[in-house]
Amino acid sequence: MEEHRVELTVNGERISSATKPEESLLKFLRRNDFTEVKCGCEKGECGTCTVIINKKTVKSCIMLALQTNGKEIWTAKGLEKQELGRRLQESFVNTGAIQCGFCTPGMIITAKNYLDQNPLPDKEEIKKAISGNLCRCTGYKKIVDAIYAVAVENQK
Amino acid sequence: MSEFKVVGKPMPRDDAWAKVRGDLKYADDFSLPGMLYAKVLRSKYPAAKIISINISKAEQLEGVRAVLTAKDVPHNETVTRFGQSLEVGKGFEGLYRVLADKKVRFMGEAAALVAADTEEIAEEALDLIEVEYEPLPGVFDPIEAMKPGAYLVGEKNTNIIGEFGCGQGDIERGFAEADIIIEDTYKVPFVDHAYLETEGGIAWIDDYGVINIRVGSQVIEHFRDVADVLGLPHNKVRYIGTMMGGGFGGKEDITVETYLALLTWKTKKPVRLVYTREESILCHSKRHPFVMRYKVGARKDGKLNALDAELISDAGAYPYLSPWVTLYATVNAAGPYCIANVRVKSYCVLTNNTFTSANRGFGAPQPNVVYESLMDELAEKLNIDPLEIRRINCLTTGKALSTTGQIFKTHVALPEVAEKAWAALGEPTEFKDENKKIGRGLAIGLMSYGRMTFLHDSSRSFVKLESDGSVLIRSGIPDLGGGQVSLLCQIAAEELGVPMSRIKIYYSDTALTPLAGTTTATRQTYMSGNATLKAAREIRKRVINKAAELLNVNPDKLDIINEKVIVNYDQSQYLPLVKVIKACNTAGIELFYVAQFNAPFTITPDLSNIRGMTFPDFTFGAQAVEVAVDTETGQVEVLKLTTCYDVGKAINPLSVEGQMEGGSIYGMGYALMEEVIMEKGITMTPSYAEYIIPTAADVPEVKAILVESGGGLGPYGAKGIGEPACSIIAPAILNAIYDAVGVRIKNLPATPEKIIRALKKDFFKK
Repeated sequence: MEEHRVELTVNGERISSATKPEESLLKFLRRNDFTEVKCGCEKGECGTCTVIINKKTVKSCIMLALQTNGKEIWTAKGLEKQELGRRLQESFVNTGAIQCGFCTPGMIITAKNYLDQNPLPDKEEIKKAISGNLCRCTGYKKIVDAIYAVAVENQK
Repeated sequence: MSEFKVVGKPMPRDDAWAKVRGDLKYADDFSLPGMLYAKVLRSKYPAAKIISINISKAEQLEGVRAVLTAKDVPHNETVTRFGQSLEVGKGFEGLYRVLADKKVRFMGEAAALVAADTEEIAEEALDLIEVEYEPLPGVFDPIEAMKPGAYLVGEKNTNIIGEFGCGQGDIERGFAEADIIIEDTYKVPFVDHAYLETEGGIAWIDDYGVINIRVGSQVIEHFRDVADVLGLPHNKVRYIGTMMGGGFGGKEDITVETYLALLTWKTKKPVRLVYTREESILCHSKRHPFVMRYKVGARKDGKLNALDAELISDAGAYPYLSPWVTLYATVNAAGPYCIANVRVKSYCVLTNNTFTSANRGFGAPQPNVVYESLMDELAEKLNIDPLEIRRINCLTTGKALSTTGQIFKTHVALPEVAEKAWAALGEPTEFKDENKKIGRGLAIGLMSYGRMTFLHDSSRSFVKLESDGSVLIRSGIPDLGGGQVSLLCQIAAEELGVPMSRIKIYYSDTALTPLAGTTTATRQTYMSGNATLKAAREIRKRVINKAAELLNVNPDKLDIINEKVIVNYDQSQYLPLVKVIKACNTAGIELFYVAQFNAPFTITPDLSNIRGMTFPDFTFGAQAVEVAVDTETGQVEVLKLTTCYDVGKAINPLSVEGQMEGGSIYGMGYALMEEVIMEKGITMTPSYAEYIIPTAADVPEVKAILVESGGGLGPYGAKGIGEPACSIIAPAILNAIYDAVGVRIKNLPATPEKIIRALKKDFFKK
């Protein structure tokens, strides 16, 4: 079996690791200890595996690891390195937007990428922006509230 | 004691930071060196004989370490015991089977297990296992399955595995005296928990030969069942429960644990098994479909005087918790209403569909769909306002449940919660679009918290005050995301006068934490909350007594606030908590305590006539919605949703609101879009693209209104909220749809197709 190597940057750090042609980015990341990227369906339907690549949110389960050679990826663990990321984390925690927490890494990544590009949304726009991230626990209300609170702060 | 320090305050959960940072390790985020990967071979047919299983090719595949079938399981079959007592009731089959043997009962039933060096090899090995099936006709409708001569799902001569009954008064006379009678049949479907984290975990054998299972489970007490399957002593199997990515009752039965234990025991290596999403939808338990035939009689002033209900539940292929779910439905069948003449008869029936078991609400949501729809029907026919007809008939404090006669000694917040929920809808929304019709609907309900009292439930909690004033809690409590663990920290922080940040809790480990009972039945706030309260108060008492001695004041003048033991009439007089702790230690006074809390214990009722207390208490709630129905597409958009419950005391308001908001949407999905479609036992919706749950784009503006009567049996007067929160919303939506377009849906979910067919009946007749 041929071995392939992927070299990329995850959360600001260079990673170099072997992979197979059929290995998804999700499996690759989890195998390299980025277990904060979750597996919920492996079909691109639930959003728990969402990461940021070149300012786009990507469902890592339906992307191949080999496609990310030379790219820069951000996961939920990398958010604390950026101010908006830290503010979102704090808002999620204080608003009660986290129950079981399984959707949280994908959800907060989606929120971060969205606010980076749309700093002043209203709640309806936020709902649409996160509609690709399923949550079964919260009913989404406090998640939307948490993201909106950060947007309101942006206004100041 | 003065006002609360942390109780009643919105607090971030103890586990929130670990979750938001991605640090928390769920069941699949853990691995061990040399770990093998397991896969399960599942039946292709919903009903078939297994003529033979040939595993030789699979065993020979390089990298395969074990292939197991039924013959390799020491005790492949166990007859269930219900709760802690022997078989309850008559004629329960109560059979659990680990691996299919000679006959399969549902599509997806486990027939063989494989452990291999990689997941890919394990999958390949599955394909190499040769199973010879002889398909059998099967039965897929519980009503068909009840008929004499029906295909027999199990090994007994009937498919009926449970019968229940309850009631009061004289049902015939009740109908004779009624001015109006309505009869109807409602159906509700299979639904899935659809938690984002599927079932899974890892098992290994430790240095002393103990099987350790690290798994997301709502019931770590299953270590006993796993040990029994393997023929091991109970203290040789350990469950290490992880924080779950959702439970909702789907992780209440054993899921992967027995398979993991068998494979690790066979291979002597760590083994990991995590279900794919498809596997999860195909093979783990579903919510019970019910066929519910109701006949209700009322007088023209709106007073109900007769209710006759027949409930038939589809138990699927194996009993699991079906008899209990059906019992809950039976007791809940007449809702929160005073009705003089009631008769309920229920049946729980096996079919060759996927087995059904616990799902949030546990048999309470299903009858609620019917009785709340019928209340609105009656209201319309009698020309009485829907809120008013509920006021006329609802229970109040001191009244008795119409099905079983259980008297409500605790507060009944009706009609208060209904009035509040309805009022909170505010001004009606106006739509410019003439294709969209606005409608509003109300529903009320009740749901128990705490397990059935004849199960003699208890919980234990260990609390310790360390020398430096930090606090340790050990509790077996499983946490499925409802804040179960954090709740105990909040109670200990309150009682011991320390900030939340000073508390460390170890949870959900059968070897190291006192067993707290199941995270099910909305029981943890009540049971483990009280156990922790008891333990923390005992320690508090010892600290205060010692401080009283040192300060030479009466103990009832002392309080512990912010790690100081202060004299409450002169806050300048105090001792640092650590100083008092030191004095206790020197005096040999233990500052740790294990407390047990017991629920009320009753005897097993006569299941054909269930009478008296069956649950410790109930939570009462109401939900109101405003919807817009598109008359061209049948699509229902929920515009506003209000949810009002008497929660007794909101120990953490953020958590309680979270349950109410989340529960509303969980129930909204049930009403409008969720159905596991099974055709002759074959699941047609095994993915999130086909089994639709609400997304953020589907949710309305949600308003949660908390009523805190202080009337609960939990700590500080709290009641349970987890399951009540989702058990009432569906009929509110159905009633709103009727209000909008005059279509009454009697068969969930209320999909656009059903609404359009009803709206355009004449068109579809052609």
